[in-house]
Amino acid sequence: MPSLKDLKNRIESVKSTRKITKAMQMVAAAKLRRAQEAAEASRPYTARFNAVMAGLAASVGGSDSAPKLLRGTGSDQVHLLVVMTAERGLCGGFNGNISKLARAKAAELQAQGKTVKVLTVGKKGRDAIKRDLGEYFVGHVDLSEVKRLGYSNAQDIAKDILARFDAEEFDVATIFYAKFVNVVTQIPTAQQIIPASFDEVEGDGDTALYDYEPSEEAILADLLPRGVATQIFSALLENGASEQGARMSAMDNATRNAGEMIDKLTIQFNRSRQAVITNELIEIISGAEAL
Amino acid sequence: MADTMQFDLVSPERSLASLQVSAVQIPGADGDMTAMPDHAPTITTLRPGILRIEGPEGSSEYLVTGGFAEIGAGSLSVLAEKATPVSEVTRAHIDELIAEARASHEAAQAHPSIVDEAAKLLADMEALGTHMSL
Repeated sequence: MPSLKDLKNRIESVKSTRKITKAMQMVAAAKLRRAQEAAEASRPYTARFNAVMAGLAASVGGSDSAPKLLRGTGSDQVHLLVVMTAERGLCGGFNGNISKLARAKAAELQAQGKTVKVLTVGKKGRDAIKRDLGEYFVGHVDLSEVKRLGYSNAQDIAKDILARFDAEEFDVATIFYAKFVNVVTQIPTAQQIIPASFDEVEGDGDTALYDYEPSEEAILADLLPRGVATQIFSALLENGASEQGARMSAMDNATRNAGEMIDKLTIQFNRSRQAVITNELIEIISGAEAL
Repeated sequence: MADTMQFDLVSPERSLASLQVSAVQIPGADGDMTAMPDHAPTITTLRPGILRIEGPEGSSEYLVTGGFAEIGAGSLSVLAEKATPVSEVTRAHIDELIAEARASHEAAQAHPSIVDEAAKLLADMEALGTHMSL
C-alpha cells in the first residue's frame, strides 16, 4: 500500500505528463494543418506532370531508344530501398509501420535471391531497421535540420539516387513512405520510382496530337530525372502530413490515458486518506472508552 | 475565335498563377515562343528565362527555371521547378541560381556526357542575370 505522500507525488507526475502530451498534440495539430496545405499546394504540379509523363512514356516507351530511367537496366538483380521516415519519435506506429513494410519487402527480395541496398531518409527508420538490414545500408539523408520541407530537399535526394543509378549501383529503386488518408489512418506504401512506371496514372488520350519541342525523346530524357524528384517530393510531403497526423492521434490517446490514470489515482488517494482518518477516530474513541 | 485562354503557372511548392490570358511568351529550350489562344497543342521544355504573360488585366513577368510548358486546346500550363515574380527577383537571387548552375557544371566535369548541358545551363543563368540588368 503506497503512502499518501507517494500517491500525491504520483498524481503530480502524471499531471505534468498530461500537460506535455496535450501540448505536443496541439503542436502536431498546427503542424498537420501546415503539412496538409503544403501537400495540397503540390498536387496540381504532380498531377499535370504525371499526366504529361504518362503520355510521353506511352508513345516513346516501347522503343529501344527510350531512356534508361524508363526502360530499366534490363535486369532486376539489385534493388535499392529508399526508406523514408520521421526524424522524431512519439508518433505512434508511424515509423514502425514503414520500417515493417520495408523489412518485409527486403526479406521477400532476398528470398528470391536478389541483392538489397538500403538508403534511409530520417533517423527513426534508420534506427528501426538497423538490426535487420544494417549491413545493406548505403547511405542516409538527414533532414533533422530542415525546418520546412522544400523542393530542393527532394532534389538533393533525387540527385543522390540518380548518381547511384548512373554508377550502376542498382537496377530498381523503390521508395517507402506513409500515404496520408486522415488523422487516424496512414497507409505505409511502397512505390517503384526507377524504372519509372506510370501504370496508375491516367494519360490524356489526346497526347499523340502534341507537337514536341525539342523531340519527344529529348523532352522525356529531360523530364525523367525531374520526375524522380517530383515523386520523392510528394512522398516527403505525404510523409510529413502522416507523421503529424500519427503524432496527433498518439498524443490524444496519451492525454486521455493520463486523465484516466489521474482519476484512478485520485480515488485511491481519497480512499487511503479516508482510511487513515477512520483509523485515527477508532483509536481516539476506543481510547476514550477504555478510561 | 476565343481571345483569351486559361493559363496556369505551377511550381512543386505552390500554384503561382491561374488566370485568363491573351498571350504568353515562353522561354522554350529551342528558343522563345509566344503562345496565343488556339495555338497548336505543343509541349516544350523550358530554359531559364522570363515568362511574360499578357492578359486583359495587364501583363506580368515571372522568372522560371527548369520544367516544361504544355499548350493544349484552350489552356496553357507551365510547370516550372522554380518560379518567382520578376518584381521579387534580386541580384542575390540570380547570383544564387548562377552559383548553383556553376556547382552542377563543376560536378559534371567528371561525366563528359552531361557537361554540355550543364555548361548551357550556366550560360543561360548568366545571360538571364545580364538581361535583367540587376
